[in-house]
Amino acid sequence: MSKNKELKTVAPDVTWKDITQGGTIPWAGNAHLFKTGDWRSMKPIWIQEKCKQCLLCYPVCPDTAILVNEEGKRVEFDYDHCKGCGVCVKVCPFKAIDFVEEK
Amino acid sequence: MAIRERLSGNEAVAMAMKQINPDVVAAFPITPSTEIPQYFSTFVADGAVDTEFVAVESEHSAMSACIGAQAAGGRAMTATSANGLALMWECLYIAACSRLPIVMAVVNRTLSGPLNIHNDHSDSMGARDSGWIQLYSENNQEAYDNMLMANRIAEHPDVLLPVMVCQDGFITSHAIENIELLEDDKVKAFVGEYKPADYLLNKENPISMGPLDHFTHCFEHKRQQAQAMMNAKKVILEVSEEFAKLTGRKYGLFEEYKTEDAEVCMVVLNSTAGTAKFVVDQLRAQGKKVGLIKPRVFRPFPVDEIAAALSKFKAVAVMDKADSFNAAGGPLFTEVTSALFSKGFFGPKVVNYIYGLGGRDVKTTDIEFVFEKILDIASTGKVDSVYNYLGVRE
Repeated sequence: MSKNKELKTVAPDVTWKDITQGGTIPWAGNAHLFKTGDWRSMKPIWIQEKCKQCLLCYPVCPDTAILVNEEGKRVEFDYDHCKGCGVCVKVCPFKAIDFVEEK
Repeated sequence: MAIRERLSGNEAVAMAMKQINPDVVAAFPITPSTEIPQYFSTFVADGAVDTEFVAVESEHSAMSACIGAQAAGGRAMTATSANGLALMWECLYIAACSRLPIVMAVVNRTLSGPLNIHNDHSDSMGARDSGWIQLYSENNQEAYDNMLMANRIAEHPDVLLPVMVCQDGFITSHAIENIELLEDDKVKAFVGEYKPADYLLNKENPISMGPLDHFTHCFEHKRQQAQAMMNAKKVILEVSEEFAKLTGRKYGLFEEYKTEDAEVCMVVLNSTAGTAKFVVDQLRAQGKKVGLIKPRVFRPFPVDEIAAALSKFKAVAVMDKADSFNAAGGPLFTEVTSALFSKGFFGPKVVNYIYGLGGRDVKTTDIEFVFEKILDIASTGKVDSVYNYLGVRE
């Protein structure tokens, strides 16, 4: 096993002795660990009572930040990864997604 | 039994690459290194190697292809000179920081302009801070030997840095001299298989390489890279010792020639060291206590060792076949004086000679002139000029 693999995460306070060589990321499927939600200047708000569960919003989200549960119903936004692009707001035929300034 | 041959420096390097049999060679022709990929491509065409030869459209692409191949998990090699090396520039840094142990033959040539195909060290000296290990070679034998050792040094887990093996364009690259080659099987056993710990084509352990690295972690990676260069010194000596056991040819960080009782010393790289050794012998026959130090390893710079070795002399002349245009001395001079100063050795008077730019011939009388100058400095203790040009029409 390489030294890189022994590391479980590239922690914010990792020292130069423990960091992976050359910046290599030695695991796959870890983009969810990188929280990009704080880049957001506009925030989509899901209005559950107006939502007809048509799921047109789900496939257009570029950040997979609209989550769908086991019953195939959309649930709350993943605000850790939603960058506030507003595509879901545009696509919603029922005005069930509001778009407000991020505070 | 070693094989007696007569080869040019380019043939010697191509022969080393044939014996190493790397996975990928990506190269673009440029004088005077052109023959290396040319000879190598015939080995590929003849089926003498298993290498994938990538004929790219530029040196930028050559180094990029080497980076891709090495990252994928292969052993990649290339060769270049002068503006070819300059065109690789950004990729050199990426190869080093990505810790990819690529091996490259650099056949030293003047970096344009003015446009000139002849030898000086302005190409590789410009790349001295790119994070590559730099080995310099006096003749075809040393170029061959350094190539055979380069993979072992580069791929060592404490190092993982690319290596460039430098030799003088035309003077070494095109001059045919006697050489001792190792048998193919001995080279194969010495160089060994390349087994990277992490590589892109390993589907069992997928990784990402070369990601965005912000202010939160970039500094740590650069510090780690600096440590690899520090570690390289020990590894170079270990690999050289093992090589000496195999061949009887001993290599250190630098070579000392007739320095034991010398009062003055010349520090000089590559082929000019051969000319200077001849002059040392002549002056020794006249009873003059002169010696020579020829650095083999310029990166990492052997600060402690070279400062200690030079501390005993009364006067030292550092020869630079490249100018730094800092109005104060060439790159070898500033490294040597910095080493002496930082280690607290203030005894030797050190002067600098910029020589041989653009392939200007360096004659024994030029070398004699420098030795007479430092012998004079040693006896009078007076230095009239520190930063000098040798062999230019005044």
